[in-house]
This record gives sequence, C-alpha cells and structure tokens, in this order.
Amino acid sequence: MIPASFEYERADSSDHALELLDRHGEEAKLLAGGHSLLPMMRLRLATPAVLIDVGRLTDLSYVRDDGDAIAIGALTCHEDIKDSDVLKQHCGIVAHTAGEVGDPQVRHLGTIGGSIAHGDPASDLPTVMLALDAQFVVRSSGGGRTLAASNFFSGLFETALEPTNLLTEVRVPKLSGGWSYQKFHHRAQDWAIVGVAAVQHNGGAAVALTNMSDVPMRAAGVEQALASGSDAATAATEAAQNTSPPSDPFGSAEYRRDLAKVLTRRALQEAMSS
Amino acid sequence: MAQVADTAQKYMGGGVLRKEDPELLTGRARYIDDISMPGMLWVGIVRSPFAHATINTVDTSRAANLPGVRAAYSGADLASEWADGLPCAWPVTEDIKIPKHWPVAQDKARFAGDPVAVVVAETRAQAADATEAVDVDYDPLDVVIDMEAALGDGATKVHDEFDSNSCYVWNLEVGDVDDVFNNAAVVVKERYYHPRLIPNAIEPRGVVCQPNLPQGEFILYSATQVPHILKTTLALTLGMPEQKLRVIAPEVGGGFGSKLNVYAEEAICVAVGRRLGMPVKWIEERSEGYLATIHGRDVIQEMEVAADSDGKLAGVRANLKADMGAYLQLVTPGIPILGAFLYHGVYDCQAYSFTCTGVFTNKTPTDAYRGAGRPEATYAVERIMDSLARKLEKDPIEIRRLNFIEPFNEAREVASGLSFDSGNYEASLDKALEAFGYDEMRAEQQRRRDSGDTKQLGIGISTYIEMCGLAPSQVLGSLRYAAGGWDAATIRCHPTGKVTVVTGTSPHGQGHVTSWSQIVADELGVAFEDVEVLHGDTAISPLGMDTYGSRSLSVGGIALHYAADKIITKAKTIAAHELEVSEEDLEYDGGIFSVKGAPDKSKTVAEIAFSAWTAHNLPEGTEPGLEATYVFDPPNFTFPSGAHLCAVEVDTETGMTRVEKYVAVDDCGNVINPAIVEGQVHGGIAQGIAEAMYEEAVYDDNGVLMTSSMASYRVPSAAELPSFQTDRTETPSTTNPLGVKGIGEAGTIAAPPAVVNATLDALAPMGVYHMDMPVSPERVWAAIRNARGQEVESRGKDTTAAGSGLGSADTPGGDA
Repeated sequence: MIPASFEYERADSSDHALELLDRHGEEAKLLAGGHSLLPMMRLRLATPAVLIDVGRLTDLSYVRDDGDAIAIGALTCHEDIKDSDVLKQHCGIVAHTAGEVGDPQVRHLGTIGGSIAHGDPASDLPTVMLALDAQFVVRSSGGGRTLAASNFFSGLFETALEPTNLLTEVRVPKLSGGWSYQKFHHRAQDWAIVGVAAVQHNGGAAVALTNMSDVPMRAAGVEQALASGSDAATAATEAAQNTSPPSDPFGSAEYRRDLAKVLTRRALQEAMSS
Repeated sequence: MAQVADTAQKYMGGGVLRKEDPELLTGRARYIDDISMPGMLWVGIVRSPFAHATINTVDTSRAANLPGVRAAYSGADLASEWADGLPCAWPVTEDIKIPKHWPVAQDKARFAGDPVAVVVAETRAQAADATEAVDVDYDPLDVVIDMEAALGDGATKVHDEFDSNSCYVWNLEVGDVDDVFNNAAVVVKERYYHPRLIPNAIEPRGVVCQPNLPQGEFILYSATQVPHILKTTLALTLGMPEQKLRVIAPEVGGGFGSKLNVYAEEAICVAVGRRLGMPVKWIEERSEGYLATIHGRDVIQEMEVAADSDGKLAGVRANLKADMGAYLQLVTPGIPILGAFLYHGVYDCQAYSFTCTGVFTNKTPTDAYRGAGRPEATYAVERIMDSLARKLEKDPIEIRRLNFIEPFNEAREVASGLSFDSGNYEASLDKALEAFGYDEMRAEQQRRRDSGDTKQLGIGISTYIEMCGLAPSQVLGSLRYAAGGWDAATIRCHPTGKVTVVTGTSPHGQGHVTSWSQIVADELGVAFEDVEVLHGDTAISPLGMDTYGSRSLSVGGIALHYAADKIITKAKTIAAHELEVSEEDLEYDGGIFSVKGAPDKSKTVAEIAFSAWTAHNLPEGTEPGLEATYVFDPPNFTFPSGAHLCAVEVDTETGMTRVEKYVAVDDCGNVINPAIVEGQVHGGIAQGIAEAMYEEAVYDDNGVLMTSSMASYRVPSAAELPSFQTDRTETPSTTNPLGVKGIGEAGTIAAPPAVVNATLDALAPMGVYHMDMPVSPERVWAAIRNARGQEVESRGKDTTAAGSGLGSADTPGGDA
C-alpha cells in the first residue's frame, strides 16, 4: 500500500494544468478526487512519474442551467451533484446516481470528471452519461472539442481522451420523461455488480448497462424491442444480448446476465411510471 | 476469603462511561505506528507470490544498492538467528505432525505470502521499493488448496517430511454412540462448510524492536494481544535469555484473535535489531495482512443427530476437517477443540461423538478468530435442530423447548463430559420471542407466501451456548495445551489513598481499565477516578496470560477481586490494631472498617494505606506497605448462553438478502458494565452477520488469494445492518465469586446460524433446504434456480444444490 515514488505538481488554473500536461506528456496523470487513481497507485498497479493535481481548480466545480442542457463542471464532487436542485429538477437521474457512488467520504472527494475520465466499466456515472447521450467538453493547449458519450468509452480504463487533454465540462439534457438507475450491489460502498440506467426522453427510451462489458454499454436489444412496441417486461428479456460481463467473487457472468434482465425490467417500469 | 462479595456496589453493574475512550477516540493514545526512535530503520518483507514453490536463489544485491537500504537478507542469511522455529503451543495429540516453521522460508515457500527475504532501509518507502528489487528464483510446485483433495491418495504434500497432509486426528466419544444411532427413530445428517475468514482488526499488526546494547536487553513493542506469551515463546525461537526480552503491547486497535499469536515479523524484527544494533520497525500493509496474518475457520463439518419420533435428542455425532493452512501457528491445531465439547448445544442427549482431522494445505495458516471453535459447533447444532424440526414438521421453537436442559443454578455435567456452570435457556428464549413479536412475524411471513411476493420473509433462531474464561490450568494440561490458564492482578495502595492496579490481561479495545476500576473502586471504597490500571508491559506486569477467549473478566477480573480480598485482610489486621479491638469486632463495608456497635470508631482503607506506609505502629510481624498480588486459576470454564432471533427479507428474483430485524437476549451472568456488554454484543452480532452473509476468503486453483483487499473481501458496514434489539437475562456463574461469564464472542457465535436459518426458512417453500455461508445474493439466486430445476453453471464452492444437505443418510437408522 506504499506507492512508487512520483513527482507532484499542483495546477493553479486550467491553463496551468494544460501546460503541465504538455510538459510531462504520457508520464503524467491528472489527480482530481483521487478515489480511483490513488488506490491503484498504492497497489502499484499504476505508477505515473508525475501527478498533476487539478483538485483545487474550483472554477470547474459548478452545476448550471445552460438553456437546453445542464452544464456540470468536471471537478464537481458527487455530493454536490447529489444535492443539486438544478439537476434534481431537470435531470434527476444524475443527482440520484451520484448519491449511489461509494460512501459519503468518497462522494465528498470523488468528482464526476474523474469518474468519467477513469473509464471504469463498473462505475455508475459513465453508464448514466451513455443513456443520456451526454456531451463532454475537452480542452487541450491547442483548443477545445466536444465528444459524445457514445464515442468516448473505448475499453477497460480507456477513453477518447489524449494524454494532454483536460475534461472540463459534462453536458446533460433536460429530460422530458421518467428515469431510473438500478444499482445492484452487495454492500452500500461497493461498485455495482450490475447497474441499469433507463431514461425516457423525447418520446424514446434509452437503456444502458454498468459492468456488463469492458465498457459501459447501451442495451441495444432492449431499445429495439421497445421501439417496436414491446412492453417493459418483454423488452427486458433482451438485456443480456451482446454483453460480456466479468466473472469475479461478486458474481459469475451468468448471474450478471440474469440480473441485467431483472434490473432492466425494474428500471423500465420505474422510468415509465414516473 | 470473599469478604468483599457483599459489599455495596456503587460502580459495578452501573452505566459507567469508559475512562480510556477520550484518549483512544481522539488520537492521543499511543499505538504501534506512533512509536518512533532516533536512528530507527524500517523492515520490509519479501513474500512468495506462489502458494508452493522451491526457492532456488535469492539475490539481494540489486535491493542492497538502492538508496537508503542498509541490509537485505535471504532466509539462509538469517538462519543462524533462530534457535528454534516459530512456536506451536497446542500439540493436540501425541502423534501430531508439527512442521518446522522458520520465520523466513529457506528451502520452499508453502503459501502465497510466506516470507522469503527481508530488507532494511532508512524510510518506509525505501523499504517498500527494496522489497520489489529482491530477485527470487522460484520453481513453482503443484499446490493443494482443497482439504479433501489434500487428504486424498497421492496428493501433493505441503511438508515432504510427513507421510501425508493429515496433521492430526482428535477424538472424543461418550456413551454407546453406534447403538444410539442404530436404534434411533430419526437420524438427520448434514454437511456444512464454514468459510475461511480474514480477521480485519482495524489496526494492522506492527512491531518496533529497540535494542539496548549495554544491557544486552531488547524491548519489543508489538500490536499484540499476548505480550506475556510472546516474551516466553520468542525467547525460545531467538535463543535469547528470557529476562533480557521485554515485550510491550501499546494501545492495540482490535485483535479478534488475529493478534493472539507469535508471528514471523516479531521474530524478524528482534533478529534484525540484534544483528544491526539499531531500532527497527515494521508496520503491516493491509494487503500484506490479508496474506500474512492468520485466517479463521475453514472447516468442513459432517453433523449428525439421532432422535426419537417426537424429536427428543438421543445422540450427536460430529466429524470435522479443519484447514490448518501451511504451518501451525501458536494454537492452530487447538481451535476446533475449543468447540469439541459443545456439539449438543443447550440440549440433553446420551451419546456423543466428535472427531476432527487437521489438514495441511498451501494456504495462510488458520488460528483463533473471534469465537474460535464455538461458532463452528453452534452453527452445526443450530442448523441441524432446524432440519430436525423440518423433518418432523415441528416449529423450530418447539423442537428447542423439547430438548432444553432444565434451568440449573449448580454446576451440572452434560453429555460431552463438561460441567456447565449455570443456565436458564427457556428464560432467554421467552424474552427474545416477546421482543421479536414472533407470532406477528410468522403471520407476516404467511401473508407474503400466500400472495407470492417476490420479497419473502424468513425467521431464524439460534439458542446458543459457548464456553469461555480460558481456563482451568489442569484441564488445559489434559488437552495438551502448553501453558496454564490462570491470570494475575496486583493492587498497590498508595499512601495518598490512590490505587494502582497491575493486570495480567492485555486489553485491545475491551475496556479493562474501566471495568477493573469499577471492581476496585467498589471493593476498596476508593473513587473510580483514583484507580490507575497498568497493563501490557512485561516489565510492569510480569505475571499474566493475556486477553483472548472472553477470559479477561472471569479470570483476570477475579484475580483482581481476590487481590482486593488480600488487601482487606491485611488492612483489617492493621485497623483492628489501631482501633484497639479484635478483628472479629470489625465490620467492613465499602472501604470502611468500623467497630460493631460503635460505628463512629472506624478507619478507611485509604487511612490504613497511609499507616502501612509510615509503618510507625504496625501489629507485630506485619510487613510495611499495602500491596497484594493474587494469581487466580479458575476451577471451571464459564458458559454464557442466550437466544438470538433474526428476520431476513429475500428478493427471490435477485437473491439479495437483508437482515430486517435482529433480537438478541444474552446471558453472561452478572454484569460489571452494561454499556461494555452492549458494545460487545453489537460488534459480535455484526461480525456474525458478516460471516453469515458477506465474508469469505476465496483462493483460485493456484492458491492465489482472490479476495485480497477490502474491495473484494466483503466486510459489511453499518449501512448493511439493522438496528439490533438487545436484552439480557442474568444467571450468575458458579465458577467465580462475581458470578460473571463472558461476552466478547457471544454475538459472533450466535448470529451465523440465526441468519442462515432465517434465509433457509424464507426459501424452504421453494424447496431450498441447504446453503453454505456466506448466503450472498449469488448463492441465494443459484439455490432458487437449482430448486426450480434450472441449471446453474458450476462455480466451485458456490454451487449449492437444493437438498444436498438433507441428503443421503437422513433415513431412520441410516448407517452413514
């Protein structure tokens, strides 16, 4: 539990963070709340030569009503997202799910940007972002770009972010319909064994799955069944289609596939009844 | 003797707050990692990643050249430090196989985590880096992980010097067991696997060794439960004169048995300190502790009862296989023996048989873990009583009442040959049933069954008994335990009227400072605040047998009570002399000696302490000073008991199972401090529920621990647990004059069968009659699917086929 030695740099501003990223390149990792990165470093599964601490960039901690969308600063901690009135009113699934992450200590330090950039398929918020078709605002010293959640998660702990990129903002829609996030976990503080996000928006339904593959994934079979008129219970039976869940001491792949179906049914029923 | 037993109780039994807590809770108390010394070096341990491998070469040169590294040693480099291997103090049979257990492995590594090299550096981080730079060339060998495979013909041997992996076979047989089973109307036989558990004390282990070279003396600070046992045994391992070794247990943050041991790292730190002449320190990393601190349980139990057609028990037969792991730690072989006499629980029967086979495997050694042997026994008894009730279509409460030993206030012999001290099992069950609202809960359960609710309710009962207060020394001797079971206390009355207590017990969270102060304050009539309690340092408290097995109050506390008696006896002689009356004319109450019929003529213990110190006017032949030591060897164990009731809700679609309601009525005899008892019960139940529903150490086929951190080894938190309802009955023990029993392990012993019985009660209508612990969501899900005839892919021990427990031999007169 003693990390390998590393250099530590503290960024004073987004520009400073980008400058440090340019200087250290692939040697560096950004440190936000540290609740994913530091445990990996303590187990020496990650050994970055430089840590660039962006934890004090308070200008990236906000939740704003931005017209058609809600803008969330990447360094907003889970606890603030859980308590955000703007999110509760317009996109309640994000506030609710942030409240399901870890425990109070984790939620006061862990950030939405850190969770998304880490690319852990067992994390809850990436799944919700995928179901919401969220947009991620990314900066580099050369300028900015916006990435769609659907093109963002590329593999286990891999995303579309380049080593010199800084995720600055997350944009989610104002939902027109109901939603549900069903997190199935043995202990409150655990990652999801399986999670299912369902949202109704603009007359359609989107369903996304946590920990059913090496990336968060949309349950395409379920969505197609619903689009062609199936009821929730029938559509939910398609939830395990094309999934490749892990087998570990928390659950076999077989168990996870069955859970995905049960939880999808429950998520759809809750989303459709609200 | 026993002059003080009737004295006024001002503190004992009252709601006194723990006086040690402000220090412990605000971070001011000194734990092992708070200790630092000038020039101190850090020790790092290189551990085998393989469960079984030949060690070809250990190349420390790269590590030795890293910044700050002072030394790096292979097992061979340190071999000359050991006069003997690490101790096993409980060779349970004459022909037990005890392998040599060197602190650092020399030829082979026998479990993943076995130390193979040691580095010493100026900082902790440098030591951690250096452990990664030691190059060890291994030849991995075949491993044995499963106990039954380990006992099979041609199994890979953990120790080449033995003819098999069978460590010992221990038997106990009372009455004509075969005859009773052959003639019984009903026989039920089941097989239970008790999972391997990782203790998880909140404070990891740690060691600081301070050599004091001019005196040739070594001070060993260790986060241990057993400073006295450590001093004696480590002196033998290190070939060090025992009087030159002083062991100090600073404040210790929990043990649960895991610090009741003599560990490689303790021996290594003294050896390295001796070699370098410098203070050295080692603090266990949590992930390291998962491999290198002892584990608990890992026992296969075949449990069998014979009964008449009403369900009245006639005989009990238990056959255990207990996983020792790769080596025998301090009391590894004896753990199942601590439960060996309890396989009839609180019930009467005539014939009794117990057999245990200890088995070597390539896993972390097992040893004492909260409950130690008694959870296994209680689980087997309470599970099978439910199965017997089910077979005879009786309510589980009814079958228990039918079989309870009648209330008794004098020690009485039971079938296994023990003598229970006192008991009233009906009383605690009645109280628990009322608090639980048993009939209403059964009605709610029926409603859910009738409506086909996906959330089913189950109700579980555990009317447990345990034995603690280790122990009568002669009994320990007859069981081949290497040490005695006595404990010691000294009371020193200062001339100013204040009191110092020196205890041989070694608290690590239990609150002895408070409880001992309560006893002395009442018995000597001094203020609670004026009693200082010293513990955990072999130089200050030379006599002691330490703290484990719920023994501290019923042995160490009783030694204190008798030491107070000695103080009063001496003080009375002096008081009579000063008051110019005969001793028979004095009465004693609450610290005051007064002349019968003339209560204004009196002396307090504090006043006598002063005159004993000045010694100006003592009776002829009286030694100056007022100090007494008593060493108490208990005449019997104590036998706490109680009734625990649990309701679980099972989501039959996902398998998620949660405890909805938990009622515990415990009987630990008389109570010194109700808040401390309450705390022990709450923590114990939480740990028992953890065992029943959450925790299990899982190894892969190569012997690698898969549940290697708190992320995957599921210690539950408050969020997973309901609010417990607790109450007590008080049946005084006949073993000691304070009538106290023990409460440190009761919750952990009682809870697992209550939870599993509740889970099975919820699922029985679906045809699920057996599951092993932990009853995790996946296990429950798989059991339901199996019962419905749906295939579940095999996942090793996770498969829990319906009915596999109520299996082959449950026919009357079955000849299993």
